[in-house]
Amino acid sequence: MRIIVDRDLCDLHGQCVLTAPDIFRFDDEGELQYLPEVEGEMAARAESAASVCPTGAIEIKP
Amino acid sequence: MVVGASLAGLRAAERLRKEGFRGELIVMGSEEHLPYDRPPLSKELLKGEREAGDIALRGGAEVDAEWLLGETAAGLDLSARVIRTESGRALSFDGLVIATGSAPRRLPNLDPELPGIFELRTLEHSLELRTHLRRSPHLLVVGCGFIGVEVASTARALGAEVTVVSLDPPLAIAGELISGVCAAMLADHGVNLHIGRTVAEVLGDDRFEGVVLDNGTRIEADLALVAVGAAPVTGWLEGSGLELNNGVLCDSSCAAIGVENVVAAGDVARWPNPVFDSAPMRIEHWTNAVEQGSAAALTLLNGSGPDTVYAPVPSFWSDHFGTRLQSVGLPALADETTVVDGSLEERRFVAACRRDGRLVGAITYGMPRGLLKYRLALARGEPSAPEASLAS
Ligand SMILES: Cc1cc2nc3c(=O)[nH]c(=O)nc-3n(C[C@H](O)[C@H](O)[C@H](O)COP(=O)(O)OP(=O)(O)OC[C@H]3O[C@@H](n4cnc5c(N)ncnc54)[C@H](O)[C@@H]3O)c2cc1C
Ligand code: SF4
Repeated sequence: MRIIVDRDLCDLHGQCVLTAPDIFRFDDEGELQYLPEVEGEMAARAESAASVCPTGAIEIKP
Repeated sequence: MVVGASLAGLRAAERLRKEGFRGELIVMGSEEHLPYDRPPLSKELLKGEREAGDIALRGGAEVDAEWLLGETAAGLDLSARVIRTESGRALSFDGLVIATGSAPRRLPNLDPELPGIFELRTLEHSLELRTHLRRSPHLLVVGCGFIGVEVASTARALGAEVTVVSLDPPLAIAGELISGVCAAMLADHGVNLHIGRTVAEVLGDDRFEGVVLDNGTRIEADLALVAVGAAPVTGWLEGSGLELNNGVLCDSSCAAIGVENVVAAGDVARWPNPVFDSAPMRIEHWTNAVEQGSAAALTLLNGSGPDTVYAPVPSFWSDHFGTRLQSVGLPALADETTVVDGSLEERRFVAACRRDGRLVGAITYGMPRGLLKYRLALARGEPSAPEASLAS
């Protein structure tokens, strides 16, 4: 599964980081970094992260 | 059947389909709209930065369900498995998700029927308040919880004069430390604060003109917003046999106590969260509605049991005065809140929240990254994790 974060929508809430810290993280500059491709268990967690993003910035694509 | 067509109801309907439920799926809701997002109602929408069309919830139009919008459930008959609606329909169901959310509490002397008195829960409320705020009025905010503070912030940004009257200090639920910071923020932004006071008398006969406080202070104002918290919407379930006590009482899998195939989720549900103690809790947070809607749907399909226990670490945010307050866990449970990073003076800090020495949450202004380790400690059930090891 591919992860796409729309940087215009993302306002650095960090809900995704709290939900799936192994996929999403803030770097030292405070920018959001994330794994572009995940599979299996991790893909399920990426979907949970997408559903709790308050701005709907995360898209998960097959 | 899902009753309540908002955040929790939508996420429950989505999960039912995602898990392969092929049966008939009806989502009933009092409001005429497909599910929309409520947090912007006190923030971007009220300010005019977003419009009604911008706040539809993701997925609302896509889920394969029959939407019964503008239809209100009036009663539940558990033996016949039927829901009666206000319009007189009787709809039968095999499984039920209760997601009727919460509604603003009211004060006896501040009746929203009187022109000039508002409450804030729906899109219509927000749009109407916005129209009035554009005329640079004097707004009286009664109550100083999250919605009261956010509206005070938005109204100031729109150029309104704002006075807040509240029995409790600002954001009292977040603890004294945050209250102090928030009170200073309100004052810095020119909000008149009357804390520890209540409204004794309302001025104006056919429209709101102001109030007299319990200490005799007279305040003339054009509008009032009553924001004194919310109560779970369970009136339609009275007499159904469901256990109602500040919400629909559920087991740890969100199944309603004592009945088959009925679950509850979101602001209306009260359940024991194993992350904390066994006391059932009700959480009025956006993220909880998402996660609990989804969890309750799974319970409806698979039943209560170890695999469907709902044990979230709650998380919450509020935007006001250009900054963001965020929390994980339940700072409201704490008896001790200590700053662990950043600085109170700069209003940019992380504080750990403990009860009897046990970690129950963490809260921040402006440093969301600082919450992660607390969230992980709470999720791992490390209640007494010492600060030193957490900080490493
Ligand atoms: C102004 C405002 C700002 C907020 N800001 C934040 C924030 O910044 N961060 C945060 O974490 N949370 C925030 N929240 C809280 C968050 O929006 C709620 O926790 C969330 O909406 C709960 O979702 P829900 O689906 O459980 O209930 P609701 O959103 O309350 O939806 C319940 C739905 O059920 C319908 N309904 C009720 N009774 C019946 C009936 N008998 N028959 C049919 N339908 C019925 C209602 O009309 C409603 O549409 C805010 C809330 C408001 C009002
Ligand atoms: S939750 Fe959404 S808005 Fe927040 S950081 Fe992640 S992608 Fe951005």
